[in-house]
This record gives sequence, C-alpha cells and structure tokens, in this order.
Amino acid sequence: MAEISTEEIAQLARKSVEIRRNILTMVFEANSGHIGGSLGSADLLVALYYHLMVHDPKNPAWKKRDRFILSKGHCTPVIYAVLADCGYFPQEDLQTFRRPGSHLQGHPFQPKTPGIEASTGTLGLGISTAAGMALAAKLKKENQYYYVLCGDGEIQEGQVWEAAMFANKYKLDNLIAIVDRNYLQTDGNSEDIMPLDPLAPKWESFGWQVHSIDGHDYGQIVAAVNRAKKASQPVVIIANTIKGKGVSFMENKVEWHGMPPVKEEFDAAMKELDHV
Amino acid sequence: MYNLKKTRQGYADALIELGAVIPNLVVLDADVAKATQTCDFQAIYPDRFFNCGVQEQNMLSVAAGMALEGFIPFASTFGVFATCRAGDQLRNSIAYPQANVKIGATHCGITTGGDGASHQANEDIAITRSFPNLTILVPGDYEEAKMVTKLAANHHGPVYLRFGRDAYPVIDEIHGPVVIGKAKILQDGNDITLISTGIMVSEVLQAGKNLHQKGISTRIIHMPSIKPLDEKAVISAARETKGIVTAEEHSIIGGLGEAVAGIASLHHPTFIERIGMRDVFGESGQAQELMDKFGLKATEIVNAALRILKR
Ligand SMILES: Cc1ncc(C[n+]2csc(CCOP(=O)(O)OP(=O)(O)O)c2C)c(N)n1
Ligand SMILES: [Mg+2]
Repeated sequence: MAEISTEEIAQLARKSVEIRRNILTMVFEANSGHIGGSLGSADLLVALYYHLMVHDPKNPAWKKRDRFILSKGHCTPVIYAVLADCGYFPQEDLQTFRRPGSHLQGHPFQPKTPGIEASTGTLGLGISTAAGMALAAKLKKENQYYYVLCGDGEIQEGQVWEAAMFANKYKLDNLIAIVDRNYLQTDGNSEDIMPLDPLAPKWESFGWQVHSIDGHDYGQIVAAVNRAKKASQPVVIIANTIKGKGVSFMENKVEWHGMPPVKEEFDAAMKELDHV
Repeated sequence: MYNLKKTRQGYADALIELGAVIPNLVVLDADVAKATQTCDFQAIYPDRFFNCGVQEQNMLSVAAGMALEGFIPFASTFGVFATCRAGDQLRNSIAYPQANVKIGATHCGITTGGDGASHQANEDIAITRSFPNLTILVPGDYEEAKMVTKLAANHHGPVYLRFGRDAYPVIDEIHGPVVIGKAKILQDGNDITLISTGIMVSEVLQAGKNLHQKGISTRIIHMPSIKPLDEKAVISAARETKGIVTAEEHSIIGGLGEAVAGIASLHHPTFIERIGMRDVFGESGQAQELMDKFGLKATEIVNAALRILKR
C-alpha cells in the first residue's frame, strides 16, 4: 500500500516548482545566497512541510509541533521560501532577504524569524542543537519529532559525530537526521575534498538506523520517514540528491554553491521552471 | 578615487610568491579555498596544498603537527572559524607551544556582508590578543596584505593574519614596510591623534582631511601590528596630543581601542574614543551599508575627535 497517493505526489511536485522559483528570485534579487544546496534539498523540505510534519504556521510556538532544524544553515533560501509559502510570515518578506533590518538573515536566526527553530550558520551546530531539543522533549514526555538536515560536506565536522554518539547514548528515537548527499561542497566533490564513503556503515557503527533513498522521490522520502518514526533509535536518512536540481545548467555544478545568477541566467532558470 | 582590491587576494598572491622561494611552505584550507583564494596556490603547487574539508579544528592541530616536523603551514579559513570553532586548537596546539603556524583568516569584520552575523568575525582580534605568544597582523589594503603574509612566513612563531572579504581602497600612504611591533606614522599633528588598524585606514585618512579643513592638526597613525603593539607611538600620541580616537572594523571590546587605552592608562592617561562595533552582533547587508549602519565611517571618527577636543 502506497503511503502517499499519486495525486498527493503530483501536488508536492507542483509545490516544489513554486519553491524553486522563489529560491531563485530571492538569491537573484539579493545578489547573494546559496542556490545549489537550496534547489537540491527543496523536495525534502516540501515533503516534510506539506506532507509529513505536524505543524501550524498560525501558531509557530505550538508545543506539539514537529521541529525542523536546518543544520546546513547556508541554505536559507529554501527554508524561507517554504516558511513564507506555509504562512509563517508574509511572502513579501522574501524580497528583504539578506538586507539590513530584515528578519531573513543570510543564515537562520531563531529569535527573529517565525518558524526557524534554531540558529545555525557554522556547520555542525544544528544536529547537536536538535539532539538537545530531542532530549528535552523526552524529559518533558512530549511526542513530537525533530528533523535535522545536514549537508554532506557538513558531516565532515567532528561535532556531527559527537552529536551522533550522544543521540545513540540517549536513544533519541525522536530524532531524524537527513543527510543531503549531493557529493558536492564548496571546493569540489566530497570524495576529493574529504572522502565520506562508505557513509551508511559509519552511521550504523555509531548506533543509528540508516535508510538510503533518492531525495527527489516523494514516495521514498515519505516511506523512509514513516519507517524512521517506528525505530527505537536515532535514524539517519541518506538522501541522494542532485545539487542545483531543477535547473539543468545548475545541476551537479560546484560553481552554483554560493554564486548568484546574473539576469540572463536567472531568466533562463525561471523559464525551465514555468510548468507549475 | 582609490583603486579597490581584496586583501584576501593579497594573501593568496603572496603565498604564490612565497611558494617559489620557501620549499617547506605548505597551505591548508577547510573547504573555503575559493573564498580564501588559496585555490590559486593549489593550482600552482598542488603537492603543497591540503584541503581538510569542513574541519577547522582538525586543520589547526594538523598544521601544528606539520610545523613540529619542520614545515611552515599557512592554515586558511574564515576568521570566525579560525578563532571560535577552532579556538582551542589555536590556543593549545599553536599559541601555547609556539608552533610555527600561520593562520590566514579571511572574511573578518562587518564587511563580510550578506552572510550575516554568524560569519562576521568581530571578536577575532580580542580572542587572539589574549593568547600569549601569538603575533597579530592586520593589513589595511591589498599591498599590506601581501607584506604581512611575507613577513609572517619569515618570522619564526605563530602568527594570526586578518583579511576581509570585500575589495578595499589601495592606499599608497601605508606602503612602507611592515615591521612587527611598529606603527606607521602617516601624518604628524599635535591637536588630536587618530589610530587605525586594518581597512579602517581609509576612513581615518578621510577623517583626517575633514579635521584639517576645520583647522585641527591631526596625527594619523596606522597599526598593522596589533600584537606586539607600538607602545612608544601610543605614549607619544597620548603625551603630545589632546586625546586619541581609535578605529577598527572589530568590536570595541578587546581590540585596538582597548590595547591603546591599556598602554595610555599606564603611562599617560588621556581621553580615548573607540570607533568599532559597539558590543552588538552584525547582520546581513552590503559592506558599505553595514559600515554606515554600525557607525564605522569617517564622520563618526570626526565626531569623536571633536568631542575630545571640546573636553
Ligand atoms: C564550520 C563551517 N566551516 C565552513 C563554512 C563555510 N561553508 C558554508 S557552506 C560550505 C559547504 C557545505 O557543503 P555541504 O554541507 O555539502 O552543503 P550543500 O552541498 O548541501 O550546499 C562551507 C564550507 C561554514 N558555514 N561553517
Ligand atoms: Mg553537499
């Protein structure tokens, strides 16, 4: 039995196009920001916010909401686009991205932005913060889930593996980490910069349950999260993705990690995403 | 108008020149080689370049290890990560045992811009100043960035080099040689003293012009060497002028201003105003917008000087 209907999948796919358009627009208008990792993780965030997570944009402080923490904090364009679309704050705010006085800072700033659950920016912080929140939820006997998205470059940080040990020790089965496995980081291919493979056994040996999926396939994302919720240990979903997904000339191109598009590139990219 | 050039480019260009003459010089980076621009060194000397991935802590202690084996490592990353994420490695692997490691820290200060507060190192001078044994050099432009990089390579012991992200005015007045522990007196004067470090030199020079138009005789000092600091230059300024305004693209806590105040208070207490980030985190924006917003411009320096002269 499919865990998500084909009609629902089609809806999510349509939503992801809108989100990708907003990502491009924000970075183009700000003339700064991280496009590649935002486009690449858009399907993961769409599946979480529009299908999997229990949350209420009108009540961002609702105690029972599921939490999402963007540990790869440079990818604010995707989370801001999603939060605005969900109604956490007005869509017009997206035009203020990276401008002085805006609540939409270059990296997530929890005190200012409705829906942002933790401040990140230095890679590695978010997964530990999520572990702390998940532990706190257990102490308070609450049942919500804590989702945290890490980049594959990010998990080269020692802090990530400290968090991994910690989550295993305290059996944080309410913590679901997702690794955006796009094989790219700032300076190149992850296996050239600092090899991570074989990745699944690393997490397994740290006491985590591992699911490897196609991070652009909604059926697989939903199935993996549903399995994760049944686990009695922390779970990591290794989501194989394409950095820059959705814009052909940005896909799998390291240059699009942190470069804003010029007008012609922006127009060409938007043209590829006009099939809503 | 000034020519604009990146100080981090000065770092990268100097490393390439050094690579040709110092065979045991190696460059390390932590997945920001395109931003620190050490990728230029990598292109020419691939065998002497080591990308550590997103692992600043590991990188700094690895650099210490290579130094113990006789290499001269230049470990490169953003200032926040070099001093905060890897602060312990900088302290206990490098400064304390006096490892011959050079830290090339880029993206320092508010002009880092759009990435926002998390990436703007406004406290790195304060942190590094408090570590014994560490020499701290803060260049004011591209040429001075090249000079301090070369100086660091030829100086035995740990050195912290501070660079920015943006392109900054190239200023002929500061192109005399950098000497560790020595200030550069750019202009003599006996009413008030302005002291800059780093890229604030252009604002200080502008402030000096504005004060001159008001008939105020202004001494202008530039300090690329933050530690050791030129105590003599500070003491004479304190003695010979009514007071001192310091200007740094850094917090007013723990940086140039407090270093100057510390020396003056011991030898010749005087009025000192500190221009810098006023104990607040920065935010996202363009470099010059943020310089304005956080009061790091020439007008603030002029106003501070006038306040002192009125006292
Ligand atoms: C501790 C730390 N070091 C360096 C950086 C600079 N930086 C920002 S993004 C990035 C690469 C991240 O790659 P990855 O985690 O794979 O993200 P993605 O490919 O999803 O964009 C780096 C090194 C940082 N933000 N934090
Ligand atoms: Mg990646």
